[in-house]
This record gives sequence, structure tokens and C-alpha cells, in this order.
Amino acid sequence: MYKIHPMTLLENKSAEIPAPREITTKPRVSDKIFRGIVTGGGLSSLIILGLIFAFLLYQGFDILRSQGISFLTTSRWDVNFDDVGNITSSDFGLSAMLIGTIICSFTAVLIAVPISVATALYLSFYAPPIVKKFMVTVVDLMAAFPSILFGIWAYFVLMPSGAYWAKLLNKYLGFIPVFSNEQMVYDSSPFIASLILAIMIIPIVTSISREIFSQAPLDRIQAAYALGATRWAMIRAVVIPHGRSGVIGGAMLGLGRAMGETVAVYTVLNLVFAINWHILFGVGGNVASLILLKFGEATPYEIKALMAAGLVLFVLTLIVNFTADLLVRRLGGKGK
Amino acid sequence: MSSNVAVAPVNYDHVKPIRPWQASPKDRVITGGIFVVSVLIAYALIEFTGLSGKLGMFASFLAVFVTINAVREYLRFGSASAKDTLVNTLVAAGAFLTIIPITSILYTVISKGIKGLYPGLFFTDMSLNAPNDPLDVGGLGHSIVGTLLLVSIALVFSVPIGILTALYLTEIKGRFSRPIRFLVQAMSGVPSIVAGLFIFSAILIPITKNNSSLLGSLALTILMIPTVARTSEEVLNLIPNDLREAGIALGGTQWRTVAMIVVPAAKSGLITAVILGIARIAGETAPVLLLAGGGDKFNFNPASGPMGSLPYYIWRSFGAGSAEAVTRAWTGLLVLLVIVFILFTVARFLGNRKVGK
Repeated sequence: MYKIHPMTLLENKSAEIPAPREITTKPRVSDKIFRGIVTGGGLSSLIILGLIFAFLLYQGFDILRSQGISFLTTSRWDVNFDDVGNITSSDFGLSAMLIGTIICSFTAVLIAVPISVATALYLSFYAPPIVKKFMVTVVDLMAAFPSILFGIWAYFVLMPSGAYWAKLLNKYLGFIPVFSNEQMVYDSSPFIASLILAIMIIPIVTSISREIFSQAPLDRIQAAYALGATRWAMIRAVVIPHGRSGVIGGAMLGLGRAMGETVAVYTVLNLVFAINWHILFGVGGNVASLILLKFGEATPYEIKALMAAGLVLFVLTLIVNFTADLLVRRLGGKGK
Repeated sequence: MSSNVAVAPVNYDHVKPIRPWQASPKDRVITGGIFVVSVLIAYALIEFTGLSGKLGMFASFLAVFVTINAVREYLRFGSASAKDTLVNTLVAAGAFLTIIPITSILYTVISKGIKGLYPGLFFTDMSLNAPNDPLDVGGLGHSIVGTLLLVSIALVFSVPIGILTALYLTEIKGRFSRPIRFLVQAMSGVPSIVAGLFIFSAILIPITKNNSSLLGSLALTILMIPTVARTSEEVLNLIPNDLREAGIALGGTQWRTVAMIVVPAAKSGLITAVILGIARIAGETAPVLLLAGGGDKFNFNPASGPMGSLPYYIWRSFGAGSAEAVTRAWTGLLVLLVIVFILFTVARFLGNRKVGK
């Protein structure tokens, strides 16, 4: 029985029962447009990264082809002109800069990770609530500091202290080849660049480690305490096994940041095209700083070489970041 | 019979609740004593051995303090407790080491930058002055204008893209969610100089052939998108699913649900994301040097002409080298720091509010 309102009967003699609405999961037009736009926006990161790779490759291709593998293995960077200003010969080799980048960023990670992990442990398990709140804010603020601020501070404040510590290291540990320094030049060394890079990545590594530690299973933490564990015994039994891979991932993210840092390293490091393994000696290299250094007076031809250098740096940081992301996401969540 | 015995009320007032986990006054006195003794021994070590300086003081104090505490704990409770104390001190020392640089940075910037402040600083430019001139002429008004233009144009591009990316990851959760999350992460690691080189190679060389702050903004866009996208994603994930389900149950399409319910509910969080993005790019130097060039004059046209910016002002003054120029650089840094600090505080304030308000 359908109840039909009398008014309906009066107005519309042939009152029809409306057909039931079609039930479907097909999205409406508005939803299709919406989904299209959002997906397009979502894919933009892919497009941008692809474009970066494509354009740097396109601009740097000539250099990469003419230099071949020697672009990565030699350490000369010369362009020679004849009288008219034509290029007679050119040599572009990144090896000193690449090795310098790797030395600086790895040393920075070695310095930063213990401090960051200690800070993260302190904030997660030791600090009184007020101290914790304050320090978390301070560390987050530090992560937002611009790199030029770190660079200039490092040049005026950190460099004198850093050179002093470098002398101490050289005095007591100079017999280890890495710490030897025959020229007695301690300023503008890779060591000081590493120190400022370490300070710059501490906030990142700390906040990632803290996040990982905060995901440590609470039941196991309480079980450890219930069994009479001290705080350290609990950390060693529960938190460290859970967080190890995540912390490694965080360290690698820091490594990626340290590799790509430009201005801060440029201000403190003495860029020289020579491979230098002695981290206390004031000669070093860094791909990103090289680009900034040479860009100002570069000829169009040399700019192509700088594009190729940018491509190498881009690929390097991409690899490091992918690995880091894999470690943080895939392993950090679970942990055994 | 028993009902006749009057039970005297027992007075429990003298019984204090015990808190065995808290440090007793005696413990506090002992800890304080150990602290003082360690400081004294550290001084003695510095006096009589080769150690010197603040670092030596800190290291020897830490070593002495740790040793005394660990030995005491070992004698009282055994090795597990001694290890616990050791780690406790080391971890606190690590946190202390994290705080030192930021304190030093803040102190240096404020104490050195404050010398260069004068009222005209914000209303004049450097077109008639060199960085080496006395501190009461010239100013950084033009660079604030430049930075504002750079950042606001970058906002126009990066906010829609960043929020759309976050919406894709949280609302659509399509096939590409995992790779896109990966790529956004990778993009946040793109060195700023590479972003600058990309815009240089893609737009400046083939098309415009001239520096302009518009190009700088494009490079900053690349750097800002990941920050906005990731923070927005976190915020949108906090929106309870009930809200979305309620929207769908009322017959809303997905578009209406997102636009009328989810996004308004997440509004303050999304603003936080944008502000954090601004803080990320406001002081970015390398791409600005590459693309926007640098100017010493007020310039309100982002599409042409050299455009100053705070990072460029700082960079140029720092490079000029004289005492006045360096003070100018510190003052520029102070202004930049204040801007970042204000943005950060606003972001915190908005981010701490409850979701959905």
C-alpha cells in the first residue's frame, strides 16, 4: 500500500509511483573532477623530481659525455681560454669535492648521532615534564633556523673554539693518520664544517629518534619495570631493540641534509681542489659549496659543468633519502 | 558485651604518606654534596693538570660526577644501579650539549645584532650606501619587501600543491599513495642549491635569461612543498573518521565532505603547516643568490629587476668584511630570526589548539 497525499491526486491525476533511485557506487561528476585535481596535485612531486633530473641531465649532458667517468674520478677544475675568449681546453673533475662532501657529512653524523640519541632518550624517559616541553620547543625552533644563521655563527663563534679543539685532538691523537696535520692550519677545516653540520642536523635526528622511541610498546616497558628493571635496563631491553633501525634511518636523513648543505659549509670551509683525508687540516671540498663558489663568474660552458655537478649531488641525496625513508618507515614502525 | 566497649578513635594524623620513589631530603643533600665536590675536584684537576678552558672544565666535572655517583650506587645497590646512574648522567649531558649551541646562537645574534638597530633601518634601502658605511645610514627595508614578495609568491604555488598532495594521501588513498609519500620525503631532502640550479636550467637559461625574484620564488616553492604536504598530512590524519563518515551518511559527495567538513575542521592545522613552510624558506639563501640576484633598492616588481632579500642583505654585508658591515649582517640575522621566531610561535599556538575548532 502506498499512501498518496490527497493534494497530489488533485493536482496530478495520473499519479505515478516514482522509480526507485538507482543505487550506485559510481562517483558523481563533481567527485570525478575533485579526484582528478587532487590526484594531479599529488603527482606533482613525482613530476617535479622528474623534471629536476631531466633538466639537470639535459644541461649537463655535454660535460658528462665529454668527461666520462673522469668527471667523478679526477680532481682538476680548469677552463682555459685563448686570446679571443674561446675555450681551448677544459677539465672538470669532482672527486675532491665528492670525497670532501662524504667526509664532512659522515663526520657530522658521527658527532651528531650520539648526542641526538642521548637527547632523545633524555626527553622520552628522563626529563621532568616542564623541561621536556621547553626542550622540545627549543629543538624544534632550532630546526627552523636558516642555514645562513648557522654559517655566520660558525664563522665567528664556532671556528675559534673548533680550531682549539682540533689542536687538542691533533696533540693527543695525532698519531692516527686522520687526525694528523703537518701544516698546522686548523681554521676552515673539514672538522669545523663537520661540527656546524652536526649542530644543524641534531634537531632532525633528535626529533625522529624521539618519535621512534615514543612508539616503543608501552606494555613491554611496563613489563620490564614490573620485573624490577632499572630505567637503563628497560631501555636496553625494550627501547633500543625497537628503535634501532629507526634511529639509523634518522641518521641517514641527517646525512642527506648534511650532504646538500650549501651556505653554512661555504662560510666555514676552505674550498680547494685537492683530495684531503686529514680532517683537521684546513683544506676541504663540498659539491654544493663548489656550485655556489663557481656560479658567480662561470661562463655558460662552465655552468653546464656545474649543472652536471648538481645532478651528481641530486642523485646522491636522493639515494640517501630513499634508504633513510625505507629504514624509518618499513622497519621503524615494527621493530622486534 | 562487645557492643559496650567504646573504641577510642585512632588518630592517624602522625602517619605521613610515604613516597619511596621520590628523593628524600637526605638524598637531595647527598646529591647536592656530590655535585659541589665534583665541581671542586674539577677545578683542582684544571689547576694541576694540562686541562684548561670551559670544555676541560665540563669534561672533568662530568667524569668526576659520574664516577662518584656510580661508585656510590655500586656500593649501595650493585652494578645494575651503577650502570643506570651512569646512563642517566650521560643522557642528561647529551641533552645539555644540544642546548649549548642554540643558546650561543641566540645570545650572539641578539647581543651583536642589537647594535645595528635604529628606527630608519626598516624604511631605507642601501641604494646610496655601501655596507661599510656607518650604522645610522641605510637600511634593510628593501630586503624585507623582497623577502615578503619572494615568500608570498612561493606561497601561491606551494600551498595548493602541498595541500592537494596531503589530501591525496589522506582522502583518496589511491594506488600511488605509497610512492608519493616516498617522493615527498625525497623532495624534502633536495638540496636548496639543486632546486636553484633546476629553475636556472629550466626557466632562466631557455626563457627569461634574466634574474628575477619570480624565479627565486619558484625555487622556494620546490623547497616548501614537502614541508606543507607532510605537516598537512599529519593534521588531516588527526581528523576523526567519524566526521568523514557523517558527511557521507548525510548524502554528501566526497568533494562536499572534504571541502565542507574535513578541511574546515583541519583549518588551524593547515595554517600551521603553511607557517612552518614559510619558516623553512624565509632564510633560504643559495637559490635566492642564484636566481633573484640581489638589489640594493626598493623594488616592488617581482617579474623584473634585481630584488634584494634578507638573506642577500646578510650575505653581502658578511662578505664586505668591515666591522660595520659585519654588524649589519648580524642585524639582518636578528631581523630574520625574529621573523622566524614569530612565525614559529604562531604555528605552535595554532597547532596546540584542539582539532576541529
